[in-house]
Parts: sequence; C-alpha cells; structure tokens
Amino acid sequence: MATDSIGNVELTDSTPTDATAFLIEPPRKRTKTTSGRRSRTNFEMLAWLFMRLSGIVLVFLVLGHLIIQLVLDGGVSKISFAFVAGRWASPFWQAWDLLMLWLAMLHGANGMRTVINDYAERPGTRFWLKVLLVAATVFTVLLGTLVIFTFDPNIS
Amino acid sequence: MPAGTLYRGREGMWSWVAHRVTGVLIFFFLFAHVLDTALVRVSPQAYNSVIATYKTPLVNLMEYGLTAAILFHALNGLRVIAVDFWAKGPKYQRQMLWTVVTVWVLLMAGAFYPVLQETLQWLFS
Repeated sequence: MATDSIGNVELTDSTPTDATAFLIEPPRKRTKTTSGRRSRTNFEMLAWLFMRLSGIVLVFLVLGHLIIQLVLDGGVSKISFAFVAGRWASPFWQAWDLLMLWLAMLHGANGMRTVINDYAERPGTRFWLKVLLVAATVFTVLLGTLVIFTFDPNIS
Repeated sequence: MPAGTLYRGREGMWSWVAHRVTGVLIFFFLFAHVLDTALVRVSPQAYNSVIATYKTPLVNLMEYGLTAAILFHALNGLRVIAVDFWAKGPKYQRQMLWTVVTVWVLLMAGAFYPVLQETLQWLFS
C-alpha cells in the first residue's frame, strides 16, 4: 500500500481486499455500463463550465432580486400586481428577469441531473426521473418566458 | 445504495453536502415561484391573493430560510469556482469555507430585520 504526499492511500494489487470492499473506479475508466465509443462533443465538460459561468452571473442577478423584493421598501409587504407592473414596464427589468429565469432553471436542472445520476441506480429510475426533470424544466422556462413577454398591466 | 455514503467528512465533504441540499431546495422553490408569478397572466386578484400568503408569519420565516439557502449556495459556489480555477484554491479551501460561513452569518444578521419585518411588526404591535 502506497501513500502519496497528501495522505491518499493508493490501492494496489497487494492491498488486502475482500468481496464486499467498496471499490472506486478511476474516473475515466471504461466499464460494462459505459458506452464503448467516445462521444464527439465534450458535454460533461461544457456542463461543468456552464455551472461556474452561470453561477457567477446568478450571484449578481439573484442577490439583486432578493434585495429589491425582500429588503428594500418594506420587504415582502410591498409586493403586489401593481409592483410587478411597475417593474416590468422597464425593458431592463424584463431582460433581468428573463436572463435570471433561463440561467437559474438551466443551472438548477443540471444540478438535479447530477443528483439523479448520483442516487438513482436503476436505469429505468434514472431515465424516468430525467424525463420528468426535462419536462418540468422546459415547461417552467417556457411558461416564465411567455409571462414576461405577454404581461398585460391592464388585464381584466 | 452505495456501500458507503460517508466520504472524508470534515469541511470539504460537509460543505459539498450543504451545497447539494441548498441547491435542491432552491430548485423546488424556483419551480413554485415561476408558477405563482405566472398568475399575473390570470388576474391581479389571483396574483395578489397568492402573494398574500408570502406575507404570513410562517411563509415569511420560510423566506428567511430561503435567503439562508441562497446566500450559502452563492458564497460557497464562489468558493468552488476558486478551488477549481485558482492555483492555490485547493490549498486554502478550508480557510475559504470559514470565510464563507463568516460572511454568511454577517449577511444573515443584516437580512434579519428587513426580510422578517412583516412578522416582527405583527409580533410586536
């Protein structure tokens, strides 16, 4: 058994193991459950990069949103239809909310995809949970986008 | 279930657990929040009546909890980015976590009155 500089124990052939030992595969190893061919696009790397880039933008968009909605001018008490109408009269706040909606939903959906991949082990469960996730995400993004673009301050 | 779900413990693992739990909570809130906001396309009365529930003490307290989850996820997310992209990030990940926790405590203290003022005024009037 070898130990590296930061104390990681490296498993070698001489390491005593038993049948129930928890073996961690090297991250890029091809196993029975991975497909044999390499994918042409680097989707997982792009998803990883998207989480970091969208995360930085969301820090500003979401914290700004929280300050406006929950902190300034009496906190949550001033929120009403009239307050929404006043804000969405400005293309700036429409664009802010639209960008926040898309980035937050895609960031959240990709995070939930990671959670499903980590905890749902049966292929059927993984598949149907992801179908449900994609359906909920597409529905929410489209509904929110439609609401921002078709908002009518003079409704009813 | 996997054979073991405890990784190495300590700051690294528990911050990862907290990041995951807060992320899932925020995602479910976001889903509900887009639906309640969509009521502005139904009628001002429908929107105002659902927003009235946001002003009740129990839901107001949950907003403070949501603020806690979002602030932790935002600050720890910046730490994750620093660990991934800053050469000394992994070396200082523990110090950065305690910085995150300190800033989080200060921001939560600052948000206490503004976010909960509806409930505090109801309690003390």
